[in-house]
Amino acid sequence: MSARIGVVTFPGTLDDIDAARAVRIGGAEPVNLWHADEDLAGIDAVILPGGFSYGDYLRCGAISRFAPLMTRVIERAHEGMPVLGICNGFQILCESHLLPGALARNDGLHFVCRDQWLRVENSNTAWTTAYSPDSEILVPLKNGEGRFVADDYTLDQLEGEGRVVFRYLRGNPNGSYRDIAGICNENGNVVGLMPHPEHAVEDLTGPSLDGVGLITSVIENYVAQESFA
Amino acid sequence: MARVVVDVSLKPEILDPQGRAVQGALGRLGLEGVADVRQGKQFVIELEGELDQEQRAKLEELAGSLLSNPVIEDYTVSINESTDSGSTAGAN
Repeated sequence: MSARIGVVTFPGTLDDIDAARAVRIGGAEPVNLWHADEDLAGIDAVILPGGFSYGDYLRCGAISRFAPLMTRVIERAHEGMPVLGICNGFQILCESHLLPGALARNDGLHFVCRDQWLRVENSNTAWTTAYSPDSEILVPLKNGEGRFVADDYTLDQLEGEGRVVFRYLRGNPNGSYRDIAGICNENGNVVGLMPHPEHAVEDLTGPSLDGVGLITSVIENYVAQESFA
Repeated sequence: MARVVVDVSLKPEILDPQGRAVQGALGRLGLEGVADVRQGKQFVIELEGELDQEQRAKLEELAGSLLSNPVIEDYTVSINESTDSGSTAGAN
């Protein structure tokens, strides 16, 4: 049985279709979830995709955090279910306090849209085991409020515990502190990043196929767990 | 009738690129000597009747969770009631 990976749609989500396609290409079964649902439909992992949920009103991700489905996602995340937040999904994870820090307006004020090199600095999270340590990947990036900020104590803690999962290479696009593009929680099951690996899964539309590894990672870990169960 | 005003601003140590852009525009439009500009937001909340303690506590809680993100923002809560012109202010 293939892993079932949920993809949550909020009002204003844009990248749910691409995320679901990436899940299918990676070899798992995508399960569409609606923000107002209260049932996670037996999923094994979940992706919060990019977009402008609730129009980015108030702050990016601030209202989505209180959606009925997020209550269940937060509970399951604490129990160890793999959760991936991409772009707006990363902002929602920070607003939910599943991940530390916050995403502030880009230092150049411009919306940045380009292909971006990243280094995978932690290949032991639920979403990155398919990458060899320190691999460099190329994925699209598109955001206006993607500048990762946190206080020095938090930044030192993230670095010290190896929780910086992705770091910008060859140019920091938005002024993120310490070139941080993505981080994880203490257990490594919750990962958030601003760039879009789900747009780098097909030759026709992406700059590389480097994004598939996030999906295959979570599938590998699921299969490993099932075979022990 | 009570009017509650919640002001939210970026913490001083967080770069405010919007404020910086406004600072540049003010200078270009002829205002000299602008040392700094910080842009924030203001919520004006009108409540029916007089505020009870429970509502005050709830407002304080929501100002620090929904209306602001304490990781990057500070807030103040000012309460003006028709019968009570006193105000409280809290910063997180």
